[in-house]
Amino acid sequence: MPPPAIEIRRASLHFGEQALFCDLDAQFPAASWSCLLGRSGSGKSSLLRMIAGLSLPDNHRLELVTDDGLPLGPRLAWMAQQDLLVPWRRVVDNVMLAAHWQRRVTPADRARALALLERVGLTPQSDAWPATLSGGQRQRVALARTLFLDASVVLMDEPFSAVDAITRLGLHELASELLAERTVIMVTHDPQEALRLADHLLILKGEPARLQSLTPPTGTRPRPLDRADLHRHQAALVAELMPPGQRALQTGHPATASAEGGGPDDR
Amino acid sequence: MIDDSRSSAPTSIPGSTNIQRLPWRFIGALIALVLLWQAVVTVTGVPRYILPAPLAVGRALVEQRVLLANHAWVTAVEIVAGFIGGVVLGGLTALSLARFRPLRRTLLPLLLVSQAIPLFALAPILMLWLGYGMLPKILMAILIIYFPVASTGYDGLRQTPQGWLDLADTFRLSRRRRLLKVQLPAAMPSFASGIRMAATAAPIGAVIGEWVGSSRGLGFLMLNANARLQVDIMFAALLVLVAFALMLYFGTDALLRRAMPWHCDRIDTAG
Repeated sequence: MPPPAIEIRRASLHFGEQALFCDLDAQFPAASWSCLLGRSGSGKSSLLRMIAGLSLPDNHRLELVTDDGLPLGPRLAWMAQQDLLVPWRRVVDNVMLAAHWQRRVTPADRARALALLERVGLTPQSDAWPATLSGGQRQRVALARTLFLDASVVLMDEPFSAVDAITRLGLHELASELLAERTVIMVTHDPQEALRLADHLLILKGEPARLQSLTPPTGTRPRPLDRADLHRHQAALVAELMPPGQRALQTGHPATASAEGGGPDDR
Repeated sequence: MIDDSRSSAPTSIPGSTNIQRLPWRFIGALIALVLLWQAVVTVTGVPRYILPAPLAVGRALVEQRVLLANHAWVTAVEIVAGFIGGVVLGGLTALSLARFRPLRRTLLPLLLVSQAIPLFALAPILMLWLGYGMLPKILMAILIIYFPVASTGYDGLRQTPQGWLDLADTFRLSRRRRLLKVQLPAAMPSFASGIRMAATAAPIGAVIGEWVGSSRGLGFLMLNANARLQVDIMFAALLVLVAFALMLYFGTDALLRRAMPWHCDRIDTAG
C-alpha cells in the first residue's frame, strides 16, 4: 500500500480559556518528510498527538483526511523524544514489542527483529537489557521498533533531541535512509535538524499560533552540514522563530537574516 | 523514563551487594548477640525463668524437637497459606481496581478507610466465627497482607509512564491487554515491595491468631510454656518462628529477583 498524503483541517487546541491555535489547515505530502518547527509551548507536540489520535488533556478538535480515504490508525508508527524502551524486555524483544503486546510472537517476528537490529548496527547487543545501552544506542533500538511496524506513516516528536549532537547527526543519516518512501511528520525545535531532513518545512508561531510554510534548502536529505547555504537558511529560520522584539538582538547579523528573509515583517 | 532507570541503577547495585554479603554479616552479628546474651546471664545471675542462658535454649531446641516440630508445621502452614492468599487476593484486587472504573469508585474509598482499622482487634471475632482451627489464623494473615499489597500494587498500575501508554495506544491494544502487557510489568517493582512487606507481616498475623485462641501452633506453645514457666521452650519456639520469618523473607526476595532479571543483570554487565 503506498504511503498516503495527510491533510488536517480546522485543527484547534484550547488550554483553558486560551487558544493555542485555532482553525489550522496543513498538508503533509505522501512519501516525504515534513518538519514542524516551533518554540516550546507553541503546541506543535500537541498537534502531532492529535494527528496520532493520542490522548490530550485539553480541549481540542481536528479533521484529518487521507488522500486514499483510509483511516490512519492501523498504518501509523510513533516515535517520541524518549526512546520508550521497556526495561523488562531484552533489546531484540523491544524491537518486536508490538508483536509481544498484540499477540503471540512467532519465529518470523524474531528473524525480522534481528534483521532490523542489523540495519541499525546493534546485532551484538540483541540479547542485552536496554539499561546497558547508551542513549544513542537506545534511540537506534527505538528506530528499529518503529520500523518493525512497517507503517507507511511515521510520526516523530523530537525523536533525536535527547542524544548528544554527534550521535544526533548519525541518527539523521540512519533515519533518513530507513524511513525513505514513508510519509513522515517530525516535530522538532532544532532548526539545523529541520534543514537537514525536511522536504517540507512548517513553522508554528504566534498567539494563537498560525502555520507558516517555508521553502527548505534544495537537494536530497540528509543534507551535509558543510553546505554553504545551510547557515544562511538556519539564520533565517532562527529569525522566523524569534518573537518580534528579540529578532535583531539574537541573530547578530540582521542584514543576513533579512536578506535571506521569508519573514514579512523582519524590519 | 530513561533518567529514572538510570538513576535507580546506582541505588540497586549497593542494595544487592548488601544482600550477597548479608549471610556473613548476619552470622557474625548472630554470634556476637549470643555471646552478649550469655554474658548478661552470667554477670547478672538473672534467674532462668526470666532469661534462660543460650545453652539452655539450645538444649530445649534439641530435647523438645518433636514437640516443637509438631507445633511448628501448623504455624508454617498458616504463614505460607496466609502469605499466598493475601498476595494473590491483593494482586487481583489491584488489577481489578485498575481495570474497572465503577469498582474503583466504590471500593477505593473503602479500601483506604479500612487501613485505619486495627486489624489485630479482629482476631477475637475471627475466632468467634471460625473456631480454634487454622482457618482464622490464615484469615488473619491474609487480612493484614491484603491491604498493603492491593494499595501498593494499584499505585504502581496507576503510575505507568505516559510514553508507554502512548506506545500501547499506537499499537492499538485493548484495555485488557494494555493492563496485562504494559501496566502490570511496569508496576512489578511496586508489587515487589508490597510482597516483601507481606513476607514480614504473614508470621505476625499467624501468631497473633494463635495467641487469641488455639490448641496448636508455635504461638500456642509459647503461651502454654509461659504459663508453666518453661521459658527455655518459649525462647526455642521464638527462635523457630524467627527462622521461619527469615526463610520466607529471603525466599521471597530471591524469587522476586529471578522474576525481574533486568534489575540484576545490570550488575553483571557493569562489573
